[in-house]
Amino acid sequence: MTKQFRLPEGGRIDRERRLGFSFNGRAFRGYAGDTLASALLANGVHLVGRSFKYHRPRGIFSAGSEEPNALVQLERGERTIANLLATRIPLYDGLTATSVNCWPSPEFDLMAVNGLFHRIFPAGFYYKTFMWPVSGWKLYEYFIRRAAGLGRAPEHPDPDTYDKMNTHADVVVVGAGPAGLQAALAAGRAGARVLICDEQTEFGGQLLNERAEIDGLPAFEWVAAAESELAAMPDVRLLKHTTAFGHYDHNFVALIETRAAKISDGEGKTRQRLWRVRAKRVVLATGAIERPLIFSDNDRPGVMLAGAARTYVNRYAVRPGSRAVLFTNNDDAYRTALDLKAAGISVPAVIDVRHAPGGELPAKVMAAGIEVIERSAIVGVEGTRRVKAIEVMKMNDAGSGVTGKPRRIECDLIACSGGWNPVVHLHSHAGGKNVWRDDFGIFVPGPTVQASAAAGAANGSFSLQACLDQGAQAGAEAIKLIGFTPAKASQPRATNDPTEEPWRNLWLIPSTRPTGERGKHFLDQQNDVTAADIELAIREGYRSVEHAKRYTTLGMATDQGKTGNIPGHAILAKALGQDIPATGTTTFRPPYTPVTMGAVAGRMVDQFFDPARRTPMHAWHESAGCKWEDVGQWKRPWYYPKPGESMDDAVSRECLTVRNAVGILDATTLGKIDIQGPDAAEFLNRVYTNAWSKLSPGRCRYGLMLRDDGMIFDDGVTSCLAENHYLMTTTSGGAARVLAWLEEWLQTEWPELKVYLTSVTEQYATLSLAGPNARALLGELTADIDLSPDTFPFMSWRTGTVGGVPARVFRISFTGESAYEINVPASAGAALWTDVMHAGEKHGITPYGTEAMHVLRAEKGFIIAGQETDGSVTPYDLGMDWIVSAKKPDFIGKRSLQRADCMRVDRKQLVGLLPKNPTDLLPEGGQIVKEVLKSPPMPMLGHVTSSYRSATLGRTFALALVKSGRERIGQTVHVPLEDRSIACDIVNPVFYDPDGSRLNG
Amino acid sequence: MVESYRQQSPLDHLALTTHPARHADDAGLILGQRSFMELINLRGDANRSDFTDAVRHAVKIDLPISANTAAGKLAGPHILWLGPDEWLIVAKPGSGERMATALRNALAGQHAAVTETGQSRTCIMIGGSHARDVLAKGCALDLHPSAFGAGQCAQTLLAKAGVILHLPLAPKGAEPMFEIHVLRSFAAYLWAWLEDAAQEYGLRVDI
Amino acid sequence: MFLIDCPYCGPREETEFSYGHEAHVHRPAGAAAEKLSDAEWADYLFMRKNPKGVHLERWVHTHGCRRWFNAARNTHSNEILAIYRVGEKPPKGLAQ
Ligand SMILES: [Zn+2]
Repeated sequence: MTKQFRLPEGGRIDRERRLGFSFNGRAFRGYAGDTLASALLANGVHLVGRSFKYHRPRGIFSAGSEEPNALVQLERGERTIANLLATRIPLYDGLTATSVNCWPSPEFDLMAVNGLFHRIFPAGFYYKTFMWPVSGWKLYEYFIRRAAGLGRAPEHPDPDTYDKMNTHADVVVVGAGPAGLQAALAAGRAGARVLICDEQTEFGGQLLNERAEIDGLPAFEWVAAAESELAAMPDVRLLKHTTAFGHYDHNFVALIETRAAKISDGEGKTRQRLWRVRAKRVVLATGAIERPLIFSDNDRPGVMLAGAARTYVNRYAVRPGSRAVLFTNNDDAYRTALDLKAAGISVPAVIDVRHAPGGELPAKVMAAGIEVIERSAIVGVEGTRRVKAIEVMKMNDAGSGVTGKPRRIECDLIACSGGWNPVVHLHSHAGGKNVWRDDFGIFVPGPTVQASAAAGAANGSFSLQACLDQGAQAGAEAIKLIGFTPAKASQPRATNDPTEEPWRNLWLIPSTRPTGERGKHFLDQQNDVTAADIELAIREGYRSVEHAKRYTTLGMATDQGKTGNIPGHAILAKALGQDIPATGTTTFRPPYTPVTMGAVAGRMVDQFFDPARRTPMHAWHESAGCKWEDVGQWKRPWYYPKPGESMDDAVSRECLTVRNAVGILDATTLGKIDIQGPDAAEFLNRVYTNAWSKLSPGRCRYGLMLRDDGMIFDDGVTSCLAENHYLMTTTSGGAARVLAWLEEWLQTEWPELKVYLTSVTEQYATLSLAGPNARALLGELTADIDLSPDTFPFMSWRTGTVGGVPARVFRISFTGESAYEINVPASAGAALWTDVMHAGEKHGITPYGTEAMHVLRAEKGFIIAGQETDGSVTPYDLGMDWIVSAKKPDFIGKRSLQRADCMRVDRKQLVGLLPKNPTDLLPEGGQIVKEVLKSPPMPMLGHVTSSYRSATLGRTFALALVKSGRERIGQTVHVPLEDRSIACDIVNPVFYDPDGSRLNG
Repeated sequence: MVESYRQQSPLDHLALTTHPARHADDAGLILGQRSFMELINLRGDANRSDFTDAVRHAVKIDLPISANTAAGKLAGPHILWLGPDEWLIVAKPGSGERMATALRNALAGQHAAVTETGQSRTCIMIGGSHARDVLAKGCALDLHPSAFGAGQCAQTLLAKAGVILHLPLAPKGAEPMFEIHVLRSFAAYLWAWLEDAAQEYGLRVDI
Repeated sequence: MFLIDCPYCGPREETEFSYGHEAHVHRPAGAAAEKLSDAEWADYLFMRKNPKGVHLERWVHTHGCRRWFNAARNTHSNEILAIYRVGEKPPKGLAQ
């Protein structure tokens, strides 16, 4: 930081707080209150990067979110952030940044050779250059990515945290400039709940950059008073350094707040917060973005937006140049001329494209001794790494060409202004249309379906007084629409607010040669799109703005063309011989500025990403060292390996113990639905394929549910608890889905049925005992339930006390063994489990997990909905004709089972598979063919649905769906794998105890 | 009924009685748990006076008919509105079976459903000056006191868990605490999420 | 992110709801279904409207009162023009 570039006084910087930082490896100093961009300029650094395609040297172009060039990589290592705008990074001590798009440095860029061969990079260069051969893409992509630069993603997890906050407001005001503050005051004074946010670290908007006055005092004082009045209101939330990046359906506004002064670091709290805001009304006071004039070589470092030059001088007390010329089509740039001159910068001339500019501001400039060169154009820029001089020529009346002799003016700063574009992005996000205003040549917010309105510069009203008035009015309108009465208050007056003459929109500044020859007229500096590219695209047949945009990549860089889009569309319109509104504008989409992935994720990471649902016995399983299986959100024990056991060892042991002694399974996760009402049985008749009218209290029945297309949806056992009272079980993963489905049928299709459904899944802990010793073990734990098979047969239930706990015991089996499912109050589940384990010791008990359960049920040929079925399987396909009632007049799916397609004989049917080699394990999902051909395609017969090693059978086995499978029993088929093929026999899908004697015993 | 020494709450494994934030001063957020509350899910037609009369007779509280409201006195049981034909009766531990029987008797012959669900859930208490801020991190409801005050309840999402949120009336001078009735399988997840969300405000665990 | 006015609980965020499908699809039941040709049954089963404009559709308040209800939504603007209960007819002017 040298005296040469920092003004001796003024600005909103804190000269007491000096901060050190580094940029591209060089150490610099700045002040608190600087941005990285202002601090660089204060050190005389203009050159901050190289352009995307041509690697032309580029300088700081703006002072805000519209910046196309000054993209940096902030910090290193795990906290690094790519593509931040130097103009939006508040300076902090120790900041480290590098340019994103140059190597080894912006001063010496090896890729700049691209600029010399620019003819290989015309519009559509991706499409043209990298079209063929397709196999070359790996190479092209490497080249493009390498050349494109544009930052590096961190290679390690982000150590910082991010969070989200939901909030609601009567009025959300986006932007805290004069219009926004006025709107918030109007709403807040009436007692409304208000949220006002601004992307900058201070409120004030454009006023922060100006020498404006309100009520005779510097405008900052009015801003400070407005802010403290708002802060004192109980229901007003003020969010600084917070960008409203998206406006969505039903007035949902998404904000991103940077909470730490060091934006690369959380400083102990969440680094950024994503606000999810629901607004009754939205006031968009988002201001305007200055647009450049499109002249030859308008991208040279030292070319800057006129408003930005003024901002650096007024707000940051920085001299962006020592000798500045203004190039403008409007009066506002004359403010910059005056402010620069007042800061001691030499201003030799204002070049105006208009004829005889005569407003108040030009008059002041002329009175200040600055030359005004009317109806003229900059036709050339000298200097590549920094502007050295310009050439100026007179234009013809139409502004389509230049005449006379060029005049050379030495300067190191060109501050240009092509007018201001209202920031209509948020309005556009939520489906709002933009309408063209011919007087300014701008798009302003038009009709919208959202409850929102724009005010101030965002609405195309650029004078300070208009911003103040419109803001107040928009705030008052907003609250009136939602039932508040505006409070009376005196309104501020802008006291140095000269009237301005009309702009002259000259979209392409003529030069001495055809567009694109020698000098380049840049529209999109980040993507290196020039006026010549647009004209070429038109010549090549692109007519629609959306096509031309994609072909040329205009506006598709990270800045979304905030500065150059409108001139680009205007040039497109002109080339097409249309007016701009007919040509149209592109649709703006969120986010307004890039949002970090961390903020999008918030705290929904790691353990919070998805809830891990725990059963009451979870801690026991954990201490037993089980391996977990995720079933939906549930954590279920998968298997319990003993020291030294492999998974196969453990599962084999668990299976054999169930077959030969007794096993215990935590079945709490099964869905349970309590069904009550006089029409409960009729309801079951309609939702299950089988008949339910005759199920009496104390009895259980297995049921299959279909969708109305006849395909299997879920299955489970339902028990009759009492007259008109049933308990349905569903699969673990299907509990919520089944309940919602049943409610839909009940509420929408059969509202006449008197039935109430209540989820009781978690009311009970379910302990499932299975195996030949199950009865003996249970007998030790209960005194009041008669377990003799005659009084407590298979498919029935009893109540009583088990281990001192009130219990409902169901005699049902998923393993093929004699089994009891014990439901007890959930809070007692862990205690009972421990008791059962103790009592079971002498019966040889083992806990078993889902894997053993799957093996055991598959040995019996029992299906799992979702494993043997995939939404295209009917009960007939599974050979379950016995469960489909032919007598019931209707049930869900009944008519569909009669569709010709469901009756086809060549449908895939459930069969068993036994690999010829009993140690070969088929992969689940493996495709089945009749014969193995040399190479695909081979006609496929079906696929493997379940496949296991069975300790009981002493071999591997599988279930599969095979075309006309039942007819093929006895045949040999093959499952081709990558390196070999497994031959198998098709067999009946019941491998164990086919007559069910163990189950009933 | 299960004897109390055999009962475990879904947060038992966290050993909250020895939580480091057990006696923190100046905490902006207070978390607690009320375990083994009795819950009865009640279904019926509120347009029928025989139904509402029977409930009043059995529970001694008028059924709340307005959406998102709760009825009941400070200390006694509460009835929370869950839907147009669904309510949740919240009562202190040990009283559930008796109340369910009284309801079933009073509703005999009517089309109504009384289902005990107290074992399904636990009740996490959340209070302190930043209670609403912490809830707002994971709940999209409007939690401003003017929109969600004492006596209100809602079924909603908190983080990724479905919850029944209730702000009971507080005795004069006492700090109101939200009750979060959460399914027991989600309780550990939700507790961890709340502790995390509370960090910036300072946490005290009141068990 | 929609704000959906549940006819029972009031306005709640979209995340609490689940979309069902087109509303007012008549389901032929029992004998009526048996009489239909496969093509007619398939028409009930599979064919749905997909308009740009007003769509009458079914939603359920999954994480709230668990009630199903109908909504008339403009699929272009996402504006919800009416919410009405199951069994009720769509408001005048919105019927399709
Ligand atoms: Zn609802």
